[in-house]
Formats: sequence, C-alpha cells, structure tokens
Amino acid sequence: MAYTLNVNGKALSADVDGDTPLLWVLRDTLNLVGTKYGCGVAACGACTVHIDGQPMRSCQIPVESVGKAKVSTIEGMAANPVGKKVQAAWTELDVAQCGYCQAGQIMSATALLTKTPKPTDEQIDEAMNGNICRCATYVRIRAAIKRASGQKEA
Amino acid sequence: MTYHDKSPPESGANRREVLVSVGAGGLTLGFAMAGKAHAQDDALRPLNAYVTVAPNGQVTILAKSPDVGQGVKTMLPMLIAEELDVAWEDVRVEMAPNDPKTYGRQFAGGSMATPMHWDELRRVGAVARAMLIQAAATAWNCGPGDCTTTPGHVVHKPSGKKRTYGSLALACASVTPPDPKTVPLKDAKDYRIVGKPQPQYDTAKIVTGQPLFGIDQRRPGMLYATFIKAPVFGAKVASADLEAAKAVKGVKAAFIVEGDPNAFTPGPGQIGQGLMPGVAVVADSWWAARKGRDRLNVKWADHPSAAQSSAGFAAKAKELAAGKGVRQTRNDGDVDAALKGAAKTVEAAYAYPFLSHANLEPQNCTAEFKDGKLEVWAPTQNPEPGRQLCAKTLGLKPEDITVHMVRGGGGFGRRLANDYMVEAAWIAREAKAPVKLVWTREDDMQHDHYRPAGWHFLKGGVDAQGNLIALSDHFVTPSHGEGPAPSAGMSAAEFPARFVPNVRYEVSPMPLGVPTGPLRAPGSNALAFVFQSFIDELAHAAGQDPLAFQLKLLGDKDVVGEPPAAFGAGRMRGVLKAVGEMSGWADRGKLPKGEGMGVGCYYSHLGYFAEVAHVAVSPDGAVKVKKVWVAADVGRQIINPAGALNQVQGSVLDGLSEALHQQITIANGAAEQSNFTDYPLMRISEACPVEVKFLKTDFNPTGLGEPALPPAIPALTNAIFAATGKRVRSLPITPDMLKA
Repeated sequence: MAYTLNVNGKALSADVDGDTPLLWVLRDTLNLVGTKYGCGVAACGACTVHIDGQPMRSCQIPVESVGKAKVSTIEGMAANPVGKKVQAAWTELDVAQCGYCQAGQIMSATALLTKTPKPTDEQIDEAMNGNICRCATYVRIRAAIKRASGQKEA
Repeated sequence: MTYHDKSPPESGANRREVLVSVGAGGLTLGFAMAGKAHAQDDALRPLNAYVTVAPNGQVTILAKSPDVGQGVKTMLPMLIAEELDVAWEDVRVEMAPNDPKTYGRQFAGGSMATPMHWDELRRVGAVARAMLIQAAATAWNCGPGDCTTTPGHVVHKPSGKKRTYGSLALACASVTPPDPKTVPLKDAKDYRIVGKPQPQYDTAKIVTGQPLFGIDQRRPGMLYATFIKAPVFGAKVASADLEAAKAVKGVKAAFIVEGDPNAFTPGPGQIGQGLMPGVAVVADSWWAARKGRDRLNVKWADHPSAAQSSAGFAAKAKELAAGKGVRQTRNDGDVDAALKGAAKTVEAAYAYPFLSHANLEPQNCTAEFKDGKLEVWAPTQNPEPGRQLCAKTLGLKPEDITVHMVRGGGGFGRRLANDYMVEAAWIAREAKAPVKLVWTREDDMQHDHYRPAGWHFLKGGVDAQGNLIALSDHFVTPSHGEGPAPSAGMSAAEFPARFVPNVRYEVSPMPLGVPTGPLRAPGSNALAFVFQSFIDELAHAAGQDPLAFQLKLLGDKDVVGEPPAAFGAGRMRGVLKAVGEMSGWADRGKLPKGEGMGVGCYYSHLGYFAEVAHVAVSPDGAVKVKKVWVAADVGRQIINPAGALNQVQGSVLDGLSEALHQQITIANGAAEQSNFTDYPLMRISEACPVEVKFLKTDFNPTGLGEPALPPAIPALTNAIFAATGKRVRSLPITPDMLKA
C-alpha cells in the first residue's frame, strides 16, 4: 500500500507493507540512508529520528502508524537551527571514530537541546543513554553537546 | 578546524570518473618505494601511485588502507601531504583500489598503519615534491638546489618567483623520480600538517548522514538478502520451508547454501570463518527478506559441538589444571624451590569469557556479478584475503574479482574476517542479481569469531625484601588441532618473564567448537588483566605500593630481550612514573572509604602504556569509575593529535565496558546472547573522563588503535581491590562479587 510521509518537510511516497518499520522505509525505499540499523529492538539508538520533534527509534515505528506526523532525519538537520549547531560542534571537536552511531547521537542531542538549551550532565546522561557508541566517543559527545549549548566543555 | 564537504562519493564508478577526468589533464605521480618493513613485497612491486596533481592545483591523495574508525583515511594521506608540501585544505582524499601488487598489504589491523607507513608514505610525498622542484628547475634553467617550496608552490630562492604545483604537473612526466630511500625529509619542527589536530576527512558526511558505510551501498536493480545460519556453529540445514518464504510478498528467491566444508578454518591467511551452511532469502526489500526468513522453519542437522557449554569448559579447565600442563613454554630457574623458600606466596585462578566484537554496523556486503566477474563493496578490514576467499569458494580467478573498500562502522578485528563477503558473493550469483546482504544484530552476535575465553592458574612468591622471585602460570586455552585456537595463544616472553628469576609457563589445550579470533588488542586484552592483577596481588602480599613494586620489578635496564621480543623496560618505567604523577597516586590514601586507585601497565602493539583508575564501589557492589589517567609512549611524534586522543580515550572506555559488562556464554553449543539487551555495552552515563599524556621519546612513532585498552582492565580491577579489599579474578565484574 502507498503511504505519503512528511520527511524533512517534503511529501514522499512509499509503496510498502504497513508493518514495515519506518527505518527500512527511510533506508531502502526513500534512499535516506543516514538513519542507521543497529539492533532492531530500540536498544542502541542508531535509528533515532524525530517524530513531531520527539526523538524516536524508527526501527520500532510501523510505517502505517506515522500518518501526518512530521518526520525529521539526519539529512534534514542542516536546516534545523539547533541541529546545525550540533553538527558544527560534532565537527569542531572531531567526535566520531567509526561514525556509525553519530547520526542517532546528533538526533538525540538536537532533541535534547531544543527542549533544554543548557542541559546539566545529568540531563545529558538521561537524554543520551539510549544511544550506544561502540567506539566509546562519549567524552567528546558530552563536550560537543556542551559546546553546542554554549557551556563550558569540561 | 573548519566545516566543509569536499569528499567525493564513495562508489567505485564515481571514483573511476574522477581519476579519468583528472588523469586526462593532470599527472599521477608514481614511484617504486622501498620501505624496510616489508622489503620482500617491494621486490615484486611495480610503480606505486598515491598522488595526483591536476593542472588547477587540486591534489588528490589516495588512502591506502580501509578506515573502520581508526582514522587512517585521514592520517595516512597527512603523511604524504606533509612532505609533498601542500595545504591540507587543498587535498582531496580518496580510497585506493584494493591492489596489493601496487600498494603492498592493505589492511586495518595490529595498530600497524603508523609503524608500517610513517617512513614510507612521507617518502612518497617527498619524492613527489622533489619531482615538482625538478620540473620547475628545468623550466627556470636553474639547479634544484636553487628552489624550495611553500604549500602548493615551487619557489625560486634567488628571485622569489613562484610556480604553482598545478602548472608543473604535466612537466613532471619527463622527470625521473629520485630514490625514495635518499630523498630528503622535513625536519619535524617544520611540520605544518603532521602533529596538528585534523578532523577526520569524512566528518562532513558522517554528521550529515550522507551515504558512506558498507550498509549504505546501492547498485541499480539491487535486491536485499538475509542469511540464517545454525545456532550451533557449522551445523547443516536438515530442512527448510523455502516455499513458505517465497510466498511472502517481495521475496524473489530462497535457497539452501551447503557451505564450504572447511568453513570453520578456511585456510592460511584467512581470519574467521568462510562460507558456513545456511538458508538465504532474497527480496526487493530487506524487510520482506526478513519476513520470508521468519517463515522458513529451518531444522538443523545434529552437530558434534551441540553439547558444549561455558559451564562445561570451566569444569574441564579446572580438571586440566589439576595435572601438569601439556606443554611447557618456559622454565627459568627452579620455580618450585623458589616458591618453597618464598617469604609469602599467592595462588589464584583467573578466568575471562568469550567476547563478541559487536560492531555497531552489523556485518554486510554488496555484491554484483557481471559477465563472469564479481564486484563487491565491503566494509572489510582485510580486502585481499576476502578476494582470495571468494575466489576459492566460488571457483573464480582472483583477477576477476574487485573488492571496493568502503567505510566500516567499527572494526575491532571483526572485519579482518570476510565471511559476510563470501556469503554476499555466493547469494548474488545464485540470485542472478546485485545483492546487499545485511546480517541481523542477532546474526552478528551469534556468528562472530569470539575473543577466546581462557583460564589461568597462577602461583607467585616474594622474598623477605618484597622482591618477586617466582611465578608460574598454567594456562588452559581453546585449541584447534595441535596449536592454540586463533588468538588463544600466549608468548613465552609474556611479562613478567625475563624480569623474575624463576618463571614457568605451561599450556593445556582444550578443544572446542566455538569460533575464535582477534578482538582489539588480541591476547593482550585478556593477559593484561590476568598478569597485571596477579602482580598487584603479589605487591599487596609483599606489603608494598603496587606502582613502586612494578617499577622495582622492571629493574634498571633500558631494554630486556632481543627483537622482535625486546621489551623497553625504560620506556615502561617512564610511563609508570608519569601516570603516578598525573593521577596523584601518592595521595590515594586520602580517598574516602569505598574509593580506591589501581594501576596497570602493558606493552602491546609497540606501545608502552600505564594507566590509573579511580573507582567508587557502593555497598551494593555497583562500580563507578570516576576517572582514568593514561601515560603513553608511542614514540617521538603524534601524527594526528585529534585522532590519537580519541583512540586512546575510546580504547580505555572499551576496556572498561568489556570488564564491567560483556560476556558471551555458550549453552547447547550456541551463543546465549543475541542483542544489546543481553550483551550490554557502556553508555554515556558510565563514561568517565580519561586524561591522556603522550610522552615524547626518541623512537619511531607507533600505532594507537589498540595498546591503550589492555592496561585499563587491571587498573580497574586493582582499583576495586583498593576500594573494597575484594579481588576480581574473573570477568565480567558483577555487583554480587563486590557486595559489602
């Protein structure tokens, strides 16, 4: 069945089964491969997208449940003022090692800073604990969030 | 650091276009190199080709080896760019083709990128610079000695006139390259690129989500595949309901793969497994393939290793330890007599579990057959053995196979194997279509080559003056045939051998049907825990400061032993002293109750590392690591400080994550864990600050992908002892072990 999704401000259509997770519709059907598959059970955060601004694990969202909600992906973050700041901080601090988790990290960090512009360490832990970085670049992830929020980094 | 995107697309087709278009008007500088490290290869090598200068001045440098997050796509071209003398901002980096005849060994492993290429690739850049100078000197009718360079330009020293590299590129065609062995290299004080923090070349793509990784590849008409293998490693398919899978909308094919009978040990030069038996489902989307797979109802044939279990291995290890070791690998002095005469003795059994690599990007590969030729796009750490494996398994000629190296979402040794590559190739040929194979997370965790589990039975003794005088280890380790299983061996020179007068190492092999192989800092990631923890036990038994005890143990010689097993005792003393100062070790007695500091040091991958951990352990046994200090000696030059620091901090946290959380257990012949829910990795709330100091010593630079990991684990377990008086002798650490 054909679904019309609002992704990064554009109407995109996908002819897929309704139970297909949004993750695979983004990656395989819409060719937006920035959103990553890591675990398939909402345990790693690599597939994080924003649904109406809320960070969600796209591996757990059947496409039929998306409806008219606004879906934002990493590919849309340069057009989001907070997302752009987060991307710049990630670049300036050279956060990534392999980089595979970083799209999900940036999506979670952008959602955090949109809601909480000056997060404490505890708020960073709470918002980011669902995102695994296998390379363990956590020291820099924390520093980049602080930098993007205009706070002292250490 | 600036934010810019000048990196080209990662597909092979685009790369060829770039080379052709530049090649039409520019010049590729090529030269035979003669690196000392692998002179045998060099005799066979034709011209190398790393650097292209286009008439418009655009400089393209090829990155020789695959990048899986260790940063070599940035670091190796930095070496060339430095000596070529160009501005880093003007350099475009592309992946080299997999072509060992031209480039020598291309792989990501052993922290070898720096030691193998530090000299060789600087010379590649210096030769190119000398050719550009010669071309300018010819044009100006002067000697090359009258010329020098500034980034991107040759300068005529007497007059100050300049030519751009781009304007000289074509003229280089008639310049004979100088001998790379004697070409002059820059003085380190003149470096403009090396030693300056450079963000990873692909950062812009990473932070904006552009296609980059293996799993992001796409070919016209491509189908998606999933491949289910037996939970018991290597069991064959007894039956599968292929028709039920094919009935799922979108499924194009479902078939049984018999696999290579030698898949468990696919031959010399190969790491990990070959083509194992299983069932492939191919569909027009990965989700459809997965749904098809769920309908297969596969029945697996009986397999001899179906009865094995972790509990069984541990019991067998204990039984073997009661007897003499099957092999004695070292016997210095008289251990038994020395132990009898010792003032204090300690006896302890240590154990560590199987570990999975858990790359965040599950194994995957894209493969396409056209006119009898195979092309694969693989996030491999080891492309050439992958090509050979595909050739052997599919009956193809290696020259009919092209392997494109694409970025891997984490390596850690997992992608030194190419099982996913040969699977994708086989499935693409059967399906008669380009195929992207993507493993599920569960496939990935249950079909790894695991860090081998191991069991050590140790005895040690100190004399009345607190000197370590005797040590013995009976090591029970997984074996394949006569020898240890992959990554399950131990050197006869393992520290503290050669520093203690009476040392005996014995090994008893334990055959098992669990695939094993290298995980980041193979061997060392387990042995550092065992020996550095046991040495800490002996220090406490002697009533001594563990850091001072290790310094004394290291003696007063600078080097002990001969290459390749030489141990830089002086370098190790240097990092130990440094980490003591950095961490405030002398004041650790002032820490509150329930807190403690521990030290560990280890030499691996040519790097000397000493680390101190500061932990707090709560009465319910929960461990919080508050900080780790690292003193490192990897020689005189840190090439890319941004990447170097990231590797060290990540390695330390990786080691803590292994020690605090990770284990693969075997039951009924299969891995019990299957996802991050039962194989947890460290998360940000647990990640502590890691302070790092690089000591500059007069040695050639060496690598940083691995050597910071091993000592982090004993630093942690020794800190836990200092905090609680409880000795951690098996991993992972559980709160039950530490409850007050």
